[in-house]
Amino acid sequence: MATTTTDAQLTARERSLRVRLIPYIDRFGILFLVLLMVLVGAVTQPDVFLTWRNLSNLPGQNAANAVLAIGMFVVILTAGIDLSVGSVLALAMMTTAVLARDGFPPALLVPLPILIGMGVGLVNGLGLTKMRLPHPFIVTLGTLNIARGLANLVSGGVPVSGLPEVVRFWGAGNIPVGSVQIPVSLLVVAALYVGLFVFLQYTRTGRHIYAIGGNPQAARVSGINVDRTLTLAYVLCGAMAGLAGLLVAGRTNSGFPNAGIGAELDAISAVIIGGASFFGGRGTVLGVLAGVLVIGLLRNILNLNNVQVFWQQVLIGVVIIFAVFLDVLRRRAGSANE
Amino acid sequence: MTQAASPLEAERTPVIEARGIYKYFGAVTALEDVYLKLYRGEVLGVVGDNGAGKSTLMKILAGLYPPSAGQLYVDGQPAHFTSPKDARDRGIEMVYQDLALAGNMRIDENIFLGRECVRRFGPFRLVDNAESMRRAKEHLEKLKIEVKSVRQRVEELSGGQRQAVAIARATAFDAKVVIMDEPTAALAVKEVRKVLDLIKDLRNHGIGVILISHRMDDIFYVCDRVMALFHGRNFAEAPLAETSRNEVIGWIMGNKSPVAQAAKILDLN
Repeated sequence: MATTTTDAQLTARERSLRVRLIPYIDRFGILFLVLLMVLVGAVTQPDVFLTWRNLSNLPGQNAANAVLAIGMFVVILTAGIDLSVGSVLALAMMTTAVLARDGFPPALLVPLPILIGMGVGLVNGLGLTKMRLPHPFIVTLGTLNIARGLANLVSGGVPVSGLPEVVRFWGAGNIPVGSVQIPVSLLVVAALYVGLFVFLQYTRTGRHIYAIGGNPQAARVSGINVDRTLTLAYVLCGAMAGLAGLLVAGRTNSGFPNAGIGAELDAISAVIIGGASFFGGRGTVLGVLAGVLVIGLLRNILNLNNVQVFWQQVLIGVVIIFAVFLDVLRRRAGSANE
Repeated sequence: MTQAASPLEAERTPVIEARGIYKYFGAVTALEDVYLKLYRGEVLGVVGDNGAGKSTLMKILAGLYPPSAGQLYVDGQPAHFTSPKDARDRGIEMVYQDLALAGNMRIDENIFLGRECVRRFGPFRLVDNAESMRRAKEHLEKLKIEVKSVRQRVEELSGGQRQAVAIARATAFDAKVVIMDEPTAALAVKEVRKVLDLIKDLRNHGIGVILISHRMDDIFYVCDRVMALFHGRNFAEAPLAETSRNEVIGWIMGNKSPVAQAAKILDLN
């Protein structure tokens, strides 16, 4: 067992700047990537990128992904995955739109998509914990298809246009603060991220989620109810998918059954770029935010530079690989075999 | 089979007792009519070859598995454990062979895993990290375990340090019984001695310790009694003073040495 050291006894190497920076690069490295993107944007489109007109669009465009990503993060922390979020987004959105069209009380239209999302999340959680299906990939692959099919059934495969004011408010509304119009979606995302940060860092259940990702057996023998915690994670992720459905419905003032196709992959990309480990137990809320920003800024910069949409897809793939590679390098530096 | 029964023991209540334990895993019988008794302030060694049922019996005592049949008693009262939490609530703690630590979390988080230190913030109960680290540091110092900082993640620790954290976790909450499954298997010589001395310390504080081990040196350094399982059944049992290394090794292999038995009858030992 190692003996206690004092600062005076740290070796010259341990005191060197490079080695002392490692924990900081560990925690804040991904923000450098975000800063880099802002720089690229400012340099390539100096007159447009840093304008309020451009930047104020970003929250609305990325709110749905931000919401999906934070839900996906919780699930990935447990070493799981939720492939169904895109379909749940569509199901929640379509059901809300159809019921709105058919005269459902508008006030109830706001919690409805979230409840639908929680319902599917519950199915995912119970499928994993009660049916003991071997991996969440399998369960959520099933619900991906089921939810998409239901979204089409509910709507007859046809989009719905025109939603009540209360829904539009959440998706596209603004709250005036002084002379500035703050998008409601930005406030929603901010509240969610702060709330989930506190949940994951400072509540017992949040810490249990990290523990389950690190070593599920350790969690079990410590008396943690692993099944209940896992189910909670999937219900939370489903709720986020439902909320994203509400935001997209509000923003587009419609419901369309093809909404959210591929959205699960964007959410997963944001989480991974943000530094979370696919194998669970590691990652930060700040990292997820950075991941969402990287993807959002990338798309924005490429749009401003009139780059083809297909190049955007290529570049996002490159960024995923690059970001994780940086992570690999960082870990090796942290435990280098020197 | 030698019974461990001094006149004094006959009057004491065992801190933990198992009677008639059966455990089936599908078609496999892991334990058949197994009994175990442990008294306070005693170290019981449990030996047996791989597959003899030692770990299974311990997991039943620690609440991880329910027995298929049979009954457990804690301080003479019947006990039914539906989870490790129930066993911990009755003061039974276990140090698992694979340690069961979450490498991605800090030392103090592992020590208090499932029993985190909390503080009230209005209607919410939030984890108190400062308190957790302080108490962990205090506890490690009490056990004379040295680490650079309780902030370290368990994955950064050496094998011996991890073992120490696992033991710290099992002793942080007024345990009555601490079960240790091969605690010295992966340790360096100096670390082995430290763990064994720690076990002696626990015993001297009145805690009952069950030690599963293959290492005769460990058993004969620290145990008061030793029992052997063979193919899922009780095989032999004796106070340490009444047996020898060779005899115990024989038990593991399923031999009750006739020479030893004869020598005992003729009082040659």
